[in-house]
Amino acid sequence: MSDIFPKWTNQLPIMAGIAAAVLGATALAGITYYVTPKYTRVGYQPKQPVAFSHSIHVDQLNLDCRYCHNGVEKSWFSNIPSSSTCMNCHGQVRKDSEKLALVRESYASGKPISWVQIHKVPDYVYFNHSVHVNRGISCVHCHGEINKMDEVYHAKPLSMSFCLDCHREPEKFVRPNELVTKLDWKNEGFDGKKAVHDWKIQPGQSCSTCHR
Amino acid sequence: MRKFLIFFLATWALAVVAIISVAGLRGGLSRKPPLEVFPDMDRQPKLRPQTTTAFAGFADGQSSRLPVAGTVSRESFREADEFSTGKKADGAWVDSIPLTVSRELVVRGRERYDIYCSPCHGVAGDGNGVTTKFGMAAVAKLHDERLIKIADGELFNTISNGKNLMLPYADKLEPRDRWAVIAYVRALQLSRLGKKEEIPDAVRATLK
Repeated sequence: MSDIFPKWTNQLPIMAGIAAAVLGATALAGITYYVTPKYTRVGYQPKQPVAFSHSIHVDQLNLDCRYCHNGVEKSWFSNIPSSSTCMNCHGQVRKDSEKLALVRESYASGKPISWVQIHKVPDYVYFNHSVHVNRGISCVHCHGEINKMDEVYHAKPLSMSFCLDCHREPEKFVRPNELVTKLDWKNEGFDGKKAVHDWKIQPGQSCSTCHR
Repeated sequence: MRKFLIFFLATWALAVVAIISVAGLRGGLSRKPPLEVFPDMDRQPKLRPQTTTAFAGFADGQSSRLPVAGTVSRESFREADEFSTGKKADGAWVDSIPLTVSRELVVRGRERYDIYCSPCHGVAGDGNGVTTKFGMAAVAKLHDERLIKIADGELFNTISNGKNLMLPYADKLEPRDRWAVIAYVRALQLSRLGKKEEIPDAVRATLK
């Protein structure tokens, strides 16, 4: 028989087993690392039709988020500002700038600028902005340090576990409600537990909280 | 045997390096839209706000619709009264805020003022907001005599409809918020007009 199967074939099953284990572990590691919103969504930075810089407007000029996103406290949806909002200032400030040509054109024609939406939860997730910003949850938790971004990118995974991390322990995330748009705020002694109790914050964890 | 092992490990290492160099690491910036690994019903044919639609009924292709001409939403409808126009029935300006001015209203006014007004008019109303450093001209100083004497209704009208180079702020401030801002502006003005005698005794004692 030894003529048909040389001696090294005795090791073949062990070798094949080890190879399968190595490849399996690699595939598993790859899937764990890549097949998650931490990889698929984070870092998305589309080119926008107008090179608007949040870092200039918020960090340097100190505009409040709500100057432009003025619907965020009232609506489930945080609106992209109309071109007329830009023109409140840019009717005079840098009014001939080439970079703002599209804004002026849109203001004159009434045809909206086609901004590219970056943060998109799936359509079966019913996220409500107003309920969060009116209960001490800052923009920064879901959008990252957008005040420092020259060009906006998707900074947080916005996955289901990301939402649940906060829904399970809201006291670690709430802040005084008047500071939700102060993205740089650091918690120095704010009692989140008390706020959660006093404001009757009861973040649901059942499916129907977010899925309907 | 050893040759085979080396070949296997080398191929494996090469594959890993190739995958990482193509796929990159977590958090790397990319212009490409996110991959949806299991796209089950992630994107549904329903319309979301401020997006485009191919629906033929909406000729301009916009999902967010303007009110049909001649209609008013129930939510925002108000009679054209003093509260929503700042004018009396005879067209004259309303003299004073048609609401009970409470601390709560002034605090709300301060918050709204700081968001929507301070970029030009300055946090204290001196007309020196940050935009004035970048070419915003003719910003009103809210402590000017003219604006101290102006009727509340006329201020309301300016906020609602704009004036000269200032565009309307009706889309950002609901009528109640506009009155709240006016209450706060009056408080700002008073802060410069007050007399020493008007300070409560207890507070005056603490001042130098």
